[in-house]
Amino acid sequence: MGIHQRTKSLASRQNELADTFFQLKVLNGSARSDKRFPAFSEMVKKTIEQQEGLKPSRIEIFQVNVGKLCNQSCAHCHVDAGPDRKEENMSRETFELCLDILSRYDIPTVDITGGAPEMNPNFRWFVEECRKLGKHILNRCNLTIIMSNPKYRDLPHFFAQNNIEVISSLPHYSAIRTDSQRGEGVFNDSIEAIRLLNEVGYGKEDSDLKLNLVYNPTGTFLPGNQSALEADFKKQLARKYDVVFNDLYAITNMPISRFLDYLLESGQYESYMQSLVDAFNPGAVAGLMCRNTISVSFDGYLYDCDFNQMLDLKINGGKTHLKDFDLSELESRTIVLNQHCYGCTAGAGSSCGGQVAN
Amino acid sequence: MSEKKYFDPEDLKKFGSITEWQKSMGDKFFAWYGEVMKEGALTEREKALIALAVAHTVQCPYCIDAYTSDSLAKGADEEQMMEAVHVAAAIRAGSSLVFSTQMMNHAKNMTM
Repeated sequence: MGIHQRTKSLASRQNELADTFFQLKVLNGSARSDKRFPAFSEMVKKTIEQQEGLKPSRIEIFQVNVGKLCNQSCAHCHVDAGPDRKEENMSRETFELCLDILSRYDIPTVDITGGAPEMNPNFRWFVEECRKLGKHILNRCNLTIIMSNPKYRDLPHFFAQNNIEVISSLPHYSAIRTDSQRGEGVFNDSIEAIRLLNEVGYGKEDSDLKLNLVYNPTGTFLPGNQSALEADFKKQLARKYDVVFNDLYAITNMPISRFLDYLLESGQYESYMQSLVDAFNPGAVAGLMCRNTISVSFDGYLYDCDFNQMLDLKINGGKTHLKDFDLSELESRTIVLNQHCYGCTAGAGSSCGGQVAN
Repeated sequence: MSEKKYFDPEDLKKFGSITEWQKSMGDKFFAWYGEVMKEGALTEREKALIALAVAHTVQCPYCIDAYTSDSLAKGADEEQMMEAVHVAAAIRAGSSLVFSTQMMNHAKNMTM
């Protein structure tokens, strides 16, 4: 029981990549690497549907990143989250702004992410308020938080009571692959947490309580076929550990934050970017999550997705904060793109809900 | 002058160029190769592991690199990959040892 941290946050290491502007310089070939890749925005304009730049469809998902505090420090974390990130967490006032918007607009799904969202003291209250508004709630739970402290042990019951759809990272069904990315001991605690979720009905065929797992490569390769991976995960997790889940989402590692640090330190940045560029799939553009999602940061700013949020690329237009939320303006904006977006269009595409194209 | 060497990892990227001097046969090979490695009765992960094991048997460094990457990408882990190599090694060892029956037959015929 208990986990060993895999790394420390870039912020606490005072790594130059903690500066988001520096990350953008790397991605655009003016720092740490002079390799320039074709502009992603130009690649998108070549697709039939998005010649005027990438436009949103209807906003269906209100994704709230409630903060960077987490009980884990994963090697690839795009949020640079960790136990030391105690400052950047959503206040009650900002949550209230979210609820005000959710009560005024017909946005059906609230997607809660972090950090470990459950560590925010307002988490349970916010969930219950969203439920009162009749929203479908997704919670991105890292699993180990349930085992980390007795005060979190009842989370599976809380999730069930509020009919939360739980989405949890488990990069592999083997301990060595999972722990190499997320920290020693994470795999065992994750399996125990899945067992507790299964006990209250999560992931079972005869239950409405959904537990979806997220696979992401534990290295510099792109994810394989999502349905084949799902079949392997189901078979191996049932055989070895007698635990079950619903769907597997295969997600590509974005070349930002700690994964970017890993790529640069291991000398694989250029080859990884090249593999993303080579795998650009125009067929994935229409299904990109930034087209139906609005992403909110702990301090109430608006972004096209959680990755843009972590690069501090706010939405286009002047109304970039919850206080100025204007749905019709948001639905007519042009989405902000940069070179990291190649991560979402590689192969079968990638989103918070897994692959986006066949 | 650049260092001369066999098995330059960069050459793996040129694999597609084998069609240059015999396009028709080369194209047929790649079409067949692609078909073979697609999911069928076996999954892509299982095929990648078979390819990895065979790569060790034919001792092809390009193939070892290519199918180490492919096995990981298809979702295999270290344990599965090493077991696959053990299967290849066991068959290689067994295929030597099974010939010892011929040795034994011959020796028995020659001796009292």
